[in-house]
Amino acid sequence: MSRNAGHWLRIIISYVFLTLVGVTMLFPLVWMLATSLKAPAAEALDLKQLLPTEKLRWDNYAIVTGETSFARAFFNSAIVTLSITFGLVATSSLAAFAFARLNFFGRDKFFMGYLATMMVPGVVTLIPLFILLRKLGWIDTYAALIIPPMFSAYGVFMLRQFFLTMPRELEEAATIDGCSKFGIYWRIILPLSKTAIAALAILTFIGTWRSFMWPLMVTYTNEMFTLPVALTRYQETYGVQWPYLMAGSVVLVVPMLVVFVLGQRFFIEGIQVGAVKG
Amino acid sequence: MGKRENWLAAWFVAPNAIGFAAFTLLPVAAALLLSLFQWDIFHEPRFVGLGNFRNLLGWVNDDGEWRAGDPRFWQFLGNTFYFMLAIPLTMAASLVLAVVLNQKLPGRVFFRTIFFLPSICMGVGVLLLWKFMYMPDIGMINRALRSLGIEGPDWLSSYHWAKPAIMNVGIWASMGGTNMILYLAGLQGIPPEQYEAAEIDGANRWQQFWNVTIPMLTPTTFFILITSIIYGFQGEFDSAYVMTQGGPDGSTTTLAYYIYSHAFEYFNMGYAAAIAVAMFVLILIVTLINWHFFGSKVHYV
Repeated sequence: MSRNAGHWLRIIISYVFLTLVGVTMLFPLVWMLATSLKAPAAEALDLKQLLPTEKLRWDNYAIVTGETSFARAFFNSAIVTLSITFGLVATSSLAAFAFARLNFFGRDKFFMGYLATMMVPGVVTLIPLFILLRKLGWIDTYAALIIPPMFSAYGVFMLRQFFLTMPRELEEAATIDGCSKFGIYWRIILPLSKTAIAALAILTFIGTWRSFMWPLMVTYTNEMFTLPVALTRYQETYGVQWPYLMAGSVVLVVPMLVVFVLGQRFFIEGIQVGAVKG
Repeated sequence: MGKRENWLAAWFVAPNAIGFAAFTLLPVAAALLLSLFQWDIFHEPRFVGLGNFRNLLGWVNDDGEWRAGDPRFWQFLGNTFYFMLAIPLTMAASLVLAVVLNQKLPGRVFFRTIFFLPSICMGVGVLLLWKFMYMPDIGMINRALRSLGIEGPDWLSSYHWAKPAIMNVGIWASMGGTNMILYLAGLQGIPPEQYEAAEIDGANRWQQFWNVTIPMLTPTTFFILITSIIYGFQGEFDSAYVMTQGGPDGSTTTLAYYIYSHAFEYFNMGYAAAIAVAMFVLILIVTLINWHFFGSKVHYV
């Protein structure tokens, strides 16, 4: 009897705890959305009102996104993020296939080399990379934004771990049927790895969409800014017009949320695959 | 193993390996080289040997009194360590959340999703939001404190409060994120027999947590700790840039920010590279120490 009461007490305490944490997590995000719909100036500063008092100011969004440089930054972010995601998944999966499924000279040593460089802090490469791109004349171009971040050791590592778990019988049968190695990669391994590929794509999408330091370093004109960089510039333009700034922030956050919600299952599996040390 | 497939493999590996060599390996080597030069990118670079490191790490005798050649570096290194105090706090919070979520409660997936949201949304937008919430007069946080009769500080402009304020954002954003998911996976990997055995031995829940859960989670904890420390050394650039510009008086400037300022504000490319190399060596040393002390204690399932 007392054990049963203790059981229920524990459940109640758990729910109270989960709810409190949940509110803490959500409240700032709700506040961002609420502020973005308030009238600039007076209403936004009246903190007694959590929600907009008169009407929802959707025109805040129209005003912010109507700025030509904002639309351009959104477009840049989209192009950059989609290109990197596609390129990273393509090059990583090809290399991972070779490391998992082909037999070649120095394979395992080469792979250990890849792993070791994952430990190199990104900050170390920033300055030489900037100088290299300057020599190539890529500064303030899409090439600078897209190409260097596209090659990832992490992606190779993660997909190799996944490919290693797949049974070899499938490809043996295909080889007998006269399928080439590329055919095995394209027709057998890739279709069976949808989960891992999706996970890597989602991780890359979110990481790239919000990346800030790299675009900040390699762009300097309004035409080339990505959305996060453009938003920091709006801080200077709009000053204390928080509803506009928050509307811009919501526009920045929403694509990441959409991708997360659509791919939540893959995303969470992907994190776990990445952490299983090989 | 069958015959070698060297040429075939080369075609598969090349697209990634060439890009990786050009944009990661080459820059790492170049960073080491660059740290030996003085260069403002406009004029010819000048070889200075270990001069940058001497200026960065050296101490000078100033009228009988020893002082650091670059006191800013030591201040910012200290700031970086200070920010890393958030790592154990975040890890403990993530573990608690994971343990509570690991019960078979209806609605746990819903809560897991909610907890994960801040880590998804994190970035410049969320940092601007927190900057707004930290505003001294109109900010949410001081308004809330005022209703409790407390006058809050001007968080981001206060030498003492700016760091905790930024750490708070980091903890909020990451306690329900990747760490929590990794701990959940770790918890689900603990065989139930372990708990049954402990219960037969008369261990209560609290003892089970300390004697079964914690040791069994050591590999997860070790992984999170190592990666958090590696990122921690390079951390807090975005938050400092957006919320405080590294101020007030350098109190939120970290090593990453210092490297950025030297390279892109003062155009001291060589000196910035030297700071980056010093940071790299520091990360290597700390990671090796971690391996030495914790690697052997890792409890492999």
